[in-house]
Amino acid sequence: MMETSRRTFLQMAGIAAVGLSAKPVLDAFAAEHGGAEALPSVKPGPDGLKAKQWAMVIDTRKIKSSKDLEPMIEACHKMHNVPHFADKHHEIKWIWEEEYKHAFPTDVAKFMDERLERIPFLVLCNHCENPPCVRACPTQATFKRPSDGIVMMDFHRCIGCRFCMAACPYGARSFNFQDPRPFIKESNREFPTRMKGVVEKCNFCAERIAVGKQPVCVEVSKGILTFGDLYDPNSAVRALLKENFTIRRKQNLGTEPSVYYIV
Amino acid sequence: MNDRKYIMTGLVIFLAIVTFPFWYNLGKASPGPEVKLSDKAKAAKQCVMPTEYMRAEHMQLLDLWRHSVVRNAERIYVNPSGKEFTMSLSNTCLDCHNNKADFCDKCHAYASVTPYCWDCHVDPKEVK
Repeated sequence: MMETSRRTFLQMAGIAAVGLSAKPVLDAFAAEHGGAEALPSVKPGPDGLKAKQWAMVIDTRKIKSSKDLEPMIEACHKMHNVPHFADKHHEIKWIWEEEYKHAFPTDVAKFMDERLERIPFLVLCNHCENPPCVRACPTQATFKRPSDGIVMMDFHRCIGCRFCMAACPYGARSFNFQDPRPFIKESNREFPTRMKGVVEKCNFCAERIAVGKQPVCVEVSKGILTFGDLYDPNSAVRALLKENFTIRRKQNLGTEPSVYYIV
Repeated sequence: MNDRKYIMTGLVIFLAIVTFPFWYNLGKASPGPEVKLSDKAKAAKQCVMPTEYMRAEHMQLLDLWRHSVVRNAERIYVNPSGKEFTMSLSNTCLDCHNNKADFCDKCHAYASVTPYCWDCHVDPKEVK
């Protein structure tokens, strides 16, 4: 009996010693995690525009010639430090013009409407609701933002494999074959440039939406472009869609483009 | 056993060569860099987090910043004392620390760290 109780005593003493020596460690942990001080946090800006799925309506009836599109293309490329390469093979484009038959190759009639055949069409990343580029990207560098449906590029993650370019049926993505910096005429110092080996594309001006501004192309479009929430029945784009006949690029592929054209 | 002297001489020469960098540089260790704060940073007194934290963990902070801005559309950083900052390397960090050469580069050069932030992000002072 005596033997057992001495053993129990020693066991208890051991446990108590471990407990006492662990206390300062636990205290330090408690001080580090939580304690009285609050932890830093992140949140969206107060003025940011919100939507379920951003969309754009392009009123092609207001387009007469390339001149009408130039200011939008220029404003976008200037704002986002898009380089200009003389060599067509290296071309980087976020928003550009295209002929009807190239923009809508599956919807060409035998004897086309003369106006549609003649006018230039403004094309950009369609920010598809079902984007094939996102599925193709092995690093999730291109992703669909769950908060507002913008298909974005995380340039930090892009490894330049160009699977997304192969997957995009609209050719909306460009690859930087060389360092773009020397080819930027006027740089916007508030927006980063890209580096060699990175894919880039239109981001629906996510950086402007975050501070409550419309995309820059919409701002300078003189009413040709309308931007808004596709799933808000009261939005400007829905008002236009309700009253006009619209088409989308390569609809039969099922990518659900969010750029609509009034023809 | 006759080769003992050759072996020993060889060993001594070998050791001398191997340890050469250590005793050659003895007492010549270059002192750590003195970081120069810009006037604006001095006036602000504290960065987004305490100095010790920034010194040790600014890279983790920047990593969090880029992740939440690009991927989650969260652009405002609230520090423990409730102060808010726009999360932007070029527009917030470099606005205050507008002496990249004296502030960032000095330490990075000393520690032989070459972050590729500057391949894309623009130091407003460097492009003229």
